[in-house]
Amino acid sequence: MKNESILSVKDLSVSFHMYEKGLEQYDLKVISNMTLDVRPGEIVVIAGSSGSGKSLLAHAVMGLLPENAAISGEISYKGKVLSQKDKEKLRGKEFALVPQSVSFLDPLIKVEAQVRGPKPDMAKIEAQKEIFKRFQLDEKTEKLYPFQLSGGMARRVLVSTAVLSGAEVIIADEPTPGLDLDMAMEALKVFRELADEGKAVILITHDIDLAFHMADRIAVFYAGTTVEMAEAEDFRQGEHALRHPYSKALWRALPQNGFEPISGFQPYAKYLPKGCLFSPRCPYKTEKCEEKIPMREVRGGYVRCIHAD
Amino acid sequence: MSNTAAVSAGTKPRKLQINRRTKTIFFAVMILAVLFSVYLAGALLSDDLIQADFSKKGLPPSLEHPFGTDMLGRDMLVRTIKGLSVSIVVGVVASTVSAVIALIVGVAAATGTSWLDHFINWVIDLVMGIPHTVLLILISFACGKGLKGVLIGVAVTHWTGLARIIRSEVLQIRSQQYIEVSKKLGHSSWWITVHHILPHMIPQFVIGLILMFPHAIMHESSLTFLGFGLSPEQPAIGIILSESMKYLSTGMWWLAFFPGLMLVMIVLLFDRLGENVKKIVDPYSAHE
Amino acid sequence: MKSKYYLKFTGKYLVRMVTLLIAVSVISFVLVSLSPVDPVQQYVGSVPNVSVEQRAKIAEYWGLNDPPVERFLAWGKSILHGDFGVSLLYRRPVLDIIREKFAASLALMMTAWVFSGVIGFGVGCMMGVWNGKWPDKILKKVCLIMCSIPTFWIGIVFLMIFSVQLGWFPMGMSVPKGVPADQVTLLQRIHHLILPALTLSFLSFANVALHTREKLVDVLESDYVLFAKARGESKWSVLKRHGFRNIMLPAVTMQFGSFSELFGGSVLAENVFSYPGLGAAASAAGMASDVPLLLGITLFSALFVFVGNMLANIIYGIVDPQIREGYGHE
Repeated sequence: MKNESILSVKDLSVSFHMYEKGLEQYDLKVISNMTLDVRPGEIVVIAGSSGSGKSLLAHAVMGLLPENAAISGEISYKGKVLSQKDKEKLRGKEFALVPQSVSFLDPLIKVEAQVRGPKPDMAKIEAQKEIFKRFQLDEKTEKLYPFQLSGGMARRVLVSTAVLSGAEVIIADEPTPGLDLDMAMEALKVFRELADEGKAVILITHDIDLAFHMADRIAVFYAGTTVEMAEAEDFRQGEHALRHPYSKALWRALPQNGFEPISGFQPYAKYLPKGCLFSPRCPYKTEKCEEKIPMREVRGGYVRCIHAD
Repeated sequence: MSNTAAVSAGTKPRKLQINRRTKTIFFAVMILAVLFSVYLAGALLSDDLIQADFSKKGLPPSLEHPFGTDMLGRDMLVRTIKGLSVSIVVGVVASTVSAVIALIVGVAAATGTSWLDHFINWVIDLVMGIPHTVLLILISFACGKGLKGVLIGVAVTHWTGLARIIRSEVLQIRSQQYIEVSKKLGHSSWWITVHHILPHMIPQFVIGLILMFPHAIMHESSLTFLGFGLSPEQPAIGIILSESMKYLSTGMWWLAFFPGLMLVMIVLLFDRLGENVKKIVDPYSAHE
Repeated sequence: MKSKYYLKFTGKYLVRMVTLLIAVSVISFVLVSLSPVDPVQQYVGSVPNVSVEQRAKIAEYWGLNDPPVERFLAWGKSILHGDFGVSLLYRRPVLDIIREKFAASLALMMTAWVFSGVIGFGVGCMMGVWNGKWPDKILKKVCLIMCSIPTFWIGIVFLMIFSVQLGWFPMGMSVPKGVPADQVTLLQRIHHLILPALTLSFLSFANVALHTREKLVDVLESDYVLFAKARGESKWSVLKRHGFRNIMLPAVTMQFGSFSELFGGSVLAENVFSYPGLGAAASAAGMASDVPLLLGITLFSALFVFVGNMLANIIYGIVDPQIREGYGHE
């Protein structure tokens, strides 16, 4: 099962051309030198607190960034580096997005028409009905408008669009907001099943606890970059198996591990520190941390920290 | 979007745009200066310049008379500037009155009892329910036409939009926590309105006021054009244009063309001024 | 359930319409009563040798010596009986005049309304699609300038260019001079209608275009358009399936809500072109102190605006699923 990666992101940076107070312009770098890869059959979780640029990663991969965004670095699928044109061709076919809320459905179109997409053929309609059955969405749901869906129904409808597309890579953006643990696990089970069918799944979430349970591998996101990429097993084992000080701090902040908050705040993209982005909050900070920090391999995982061992 | 676009590191502001704010302020001041000098020119130019002179009647534009002359031989440029000057005064006075009405009504609707709020909303619907021009004709008729009619007419018909904006802003501020705190401290509703709410209304008030000028000026000239506004002896763009109608078929295009064009310019200048002030006062609205 | 909802809806509207019309009649009556113009003087006007006694008789006949409230009630009562009085200007019943003039105005207003609606929507869509690119920037500037041009001036400019200089269109009126009404052809009527209609649609065209542009830009930046793109829908499909569908409703609503500006604009356009419609009659009534006609037209125009707003709300209710399917959730 652990074969070649199907999608890989190398040194990705995304910045926005912004107006400050409407009158001054500057570039806001929201993702910097990010690296990630995902293989068929596995769930990679991208974990990080809100504001760490997680959702934008999904948009960058699918070529959905707005016009005032500039991106650099490489995104490749099945070994081929993707251009914007390629992404536009692949999205909806090879890549599928599972968005976070019902606001991603057109308010004026019935559910069935939205899930099937424009001009569906008989096979597609059949497939949609099958998928709805699988997700326990009864036939009445098809005729509803988005505003008539309950939160749980909406989430299942959104997932069915991804399943119907038959995409190889599924990117789910915050699929469990506001759900209690049982319901969230239920929601995530679907993604486990999809991965077991051979799809590559990227789960973007701030719910680290859940991520530990469901994922194969975890990428920890901080201020727009990956600080650590490791087997989920390491996170289950505990602090000592982790590599980056931020990952360790996240682990300690979990309720069952002491509930110890991390001091300080994640820096706003406009005021990023030099070198290591975590250094202002890091107890191990040295002068060398202000230089460019590369991603390096430590104990079978990857980490962006010069002190990790 | 480009995949390969080089991204400058960090968050350096772009040097070229660094003075956009200064530029905006500069333009606003310039526009204000132009408008003020048109007003001054109109007020100071001697009436002797527009004495009837039948030896010069109906001349097309020339160096001596850039806008030509009318059928009484009066210089159209001078008449136009005098007319614009009157328009600017009428526009400023009527909009100011209207904006003050809007402020009072908007704050009252948001702070008073729900009964008052309903009533004010109903009045706004009512004012908006009669076509503007018809209401203006009625009011002008009630005042016996003339300058007074135009001023009152324009003042009492233009406040509705701004009043709605101010009402919703006040409601938003009143729902904030520090207002609650102030109430608990025993401050009266009136005290809170004066000390906490009115200061926040200043930007909206100023922007709303300036953006009202163009409408006020257009309605003043329309009403005068129809014969309800300023009297034929007064210099006014509406009068000039309605006079020009008589000579259209003779091909004397300059009688209507330049005065109207200048009116459009003044309206556009006020509009620009409003937009610039908006950018200075409320920067987040300025997104190109 | 559904019929009950419609009943409630209709009832609410009837109550609002009646209160509005009562309020409008009170206000307009108060306004015309305030006028310093002497109606008797206005009535006898050009007729020489009207004695003081005769004037007093007319005043007595019109009830001018009664207190205002009594006069209002008398006027209101006759209105309820469908009697709006006799126009001083045309010496005919006000209702007949309104009926006749409104027919002419309706042709003008509807032409301008459809024209500005359709073309404005089209241009607005183009601007929205080109958001931020140069065609959008140019069109936006043009529309903003158009918004600052007074209706009556652009009418005069059109007359100067197309009638005086080029001779393409007549100088005004709704029919050729000296031709009996029953011999005027439809083509001649249309020929007379084009310039006034263009003039009337000038301002609203720019408004519609700018409004449509804003809406389309909002929709194209929405979550659901992002998701549609993520699912591989082409640009055109996104526009057709999501863009147009979602801006149609606000556009249609706004168009029906613009009856007030339409009527107001028609007063100016009809004056410039001497077009014998209700708008021209409104200003003529005001100029000639023809109080019955002025009051009649004011009431009628308020009703016209009200009907527009009501149609806008009804269409919203029919088209928007949130209201249509959600009537039970009110």
